Amino acid sequence: MQSLLDMMTDPNSQWILLGCVLLGLCSGVIGCFAYLRKQSLMGDTLAHSALPGICIAFMLTGTKSILLFLIGAGISGLLATFGISWITRYSRIKSDAAMGIVLSSFFGLGIVLLTQIQHSDYGNQSGLDKFLFGQAASMIGSDVQTMLIVCAFIVIACTLLFKEFKLISFDPGFARGLGFPVGVLEQLLMFFIVVAVVVGIQAVGVVLVAALLITPAVSARYWTDRLGIMVVMSGLFGALAGVVGTWLSSTTASLPTGPISVLASTLLFIVSLLFGPRRGLLAKRIVRSRARQTLMEEQKSRMRDLVKEGSSL
Amino acid sequence: MTDFWVLLTGALVASCCAILGCFLVLRRMSMIGDAISHSVLPGIVIAFMMSGSRDSFIMLLGASVLGLITVFLIQLFQQSGVQADASIGVVFTALFAIGVVLVSLNLKNVDIDLDCVLYGEIAHVHWNTWEMSGMDMGPKAVWMLGITLLIIIGVISLFYKQFKLCAFDPALAAAIGIPVALFHYLLMGLVSMATVSSFESVGAILVVGMLIIPASAAYLLTDRLGAMIFISVAIGIASTGIGYGVSIVLDASIAGCMVCAAAVLFILAFLLSPSHGLVARKLRRRTLSGNTAV
Repeated sequence: MQSLLDMMTDPNSQWILLGCVLLGLCSGVIGCFAYLRKQSLMGDTLAHSALPGICIAFMLTGTKSILLFLIGAGISGLLATFGISWITRYSRIKSDAAMGIVLSSFFGLGIVLLTQIQHSDYGNQSGLDKFLFGQAASMIGSDVQTMLIVCAFIVIACTLLFKEFKLISFDPGFARGLGFPVGVLEQLLMFFIVVAVVVGIQAVGVVLVAALLITPAVSARYWTDRLGIMVVMSGLFGALAGVVGTWLSSTTASLPTGPISVLASTLLFIVSLLFGPRRGLLAKRIVRSRARQTLMEEQKSRMRDLVKEGSSL
Repeated sequence: MTDFWVLLTGALVASCCAILGCFLVLRRMSMIGDAISHSVLPGIVIAFMMSGSRDSFIMLLGASVLGLITVFLIQLFQQSGVQADASIGVVFTALFAIGVVLVSLNLKNVDIDLDCVLYGEIAHVHWNTWEMSGMDMGPKAVWMLGITLLIIIGVISLFYKQFKLCAFDPALAAAIGIPVALFHYLLMGLVSMATVSSFESVGAILVVGMLIIPASAAYLLTDRLGAMIFISVAIGIASTGIGYGVSIVLDASIAGCMVCAAAVLFILAFLLSPSHGLVARKLRRRTLSGNTAV
């Protein structure tokens, strides 16, 4: 507990803690919609395809600013989503293979660009590869301020557009019938996912950023059937995982923050899987055993009636 | 000599991945291939920690076990009501996180490099050679990939009929009495083996590219499974050659260039395939509308 207090008072850790909490919160919120729209792995694809965008942004400007990376990654992420939809629309390749193709070709291009950067004489290129594995400890005040603005923007936008997003998550056809601009809303949601992913890459890295989107949303799904509650819970789960990750990694040397947050989030998922009301494995087993008991009792009483009838005859 | 070994390694990686990729693409399990390629990381690290050496065969075993655990967990979560793609995402990120934590806990005495696991370095292949009674037998990676390729070819050609039926109509296969689950796990075991033997040379993430891209391109070029496998292997090997050439010209990552070359070949197939290509479709539509107009 002492270490927790230390962490709370140390200004450097405060930034990291705040950053991880914000990140967990906003990707948890946006992840719910991605999960319901069956686009969970989109986060993974977008994270990988952000790499060439980040590299090109760095090559053009020569600076490492999270805002520029955000723009570069956003553009290449949007290109990736267009690529996936082109491949699935104009050929017989299914969406999973299309995702794999786009993911690996963008990432391959990114690696090529990365080696180009490393072999040429850009000034402060060191630390660019930290973006790939993520290093939450490298976050500084200005990064967290950018994250704060971005996360606040996403959360507010999701609150304002909650009704619309809810509709396109469950029944896009009905939404179109009501006259909502479904295409625009879908692109907007995709754009938010891109933003959440790009912000997350710095903290947890390309591979694990998918977990920030998926795992809290799946866990929250076990506790409720209402979207509003699910979104709030998912955001809280994400934030909690961020706190645990920062705390554990600051108390133990050489424990990376990002992976620990992901593992904390997975632990929450396992708890939800086991103990969730109605959907959890334990609840299901209880329901099943109760059903079996009532069935047995019914059968017993019916047998008793039959025996009674038989003896009265 | 370096060129020869790099090209041979690349061609072996491409062949292993291209054969298995056909079945993954047909069974719509491409992203499971992606998941396996990430989640073998803890298997590699644990095998390394237990054996203390970079003996490739122990790593191969550890990683194959982890690959099977991944598939098992994904199916378990799917059966308990999680969406298919979400359960893939949850499982591979969790296992990958365990792998990263294990690596960073043992950072001081481990010569496993995260960069190397993820990106691979095919140019280093010829330095890590296997010596037998003083004789230089060539790079270890080539031997391992060669054995993996032999196993893959052996298993696939032995059970070709069964794999084919499982790929196209699992329900019929089950009705005939083929153990579909067994073949599913066999295929996944082979995929993990291919991933592990390739990860040192092309890296965990680009293995996905070699698995899926050539197979998808071949899927656009033919309607026969046998032909698809051969075309896929040919595209894989061609992209290895092109990629290596380009990487020398650009002085860039070899594995990255190989995947980019595969992507370019895929785009060509996507546009120009005689049966399923974009251009052929447009032309067919034009002649059709021309006929109806007349």
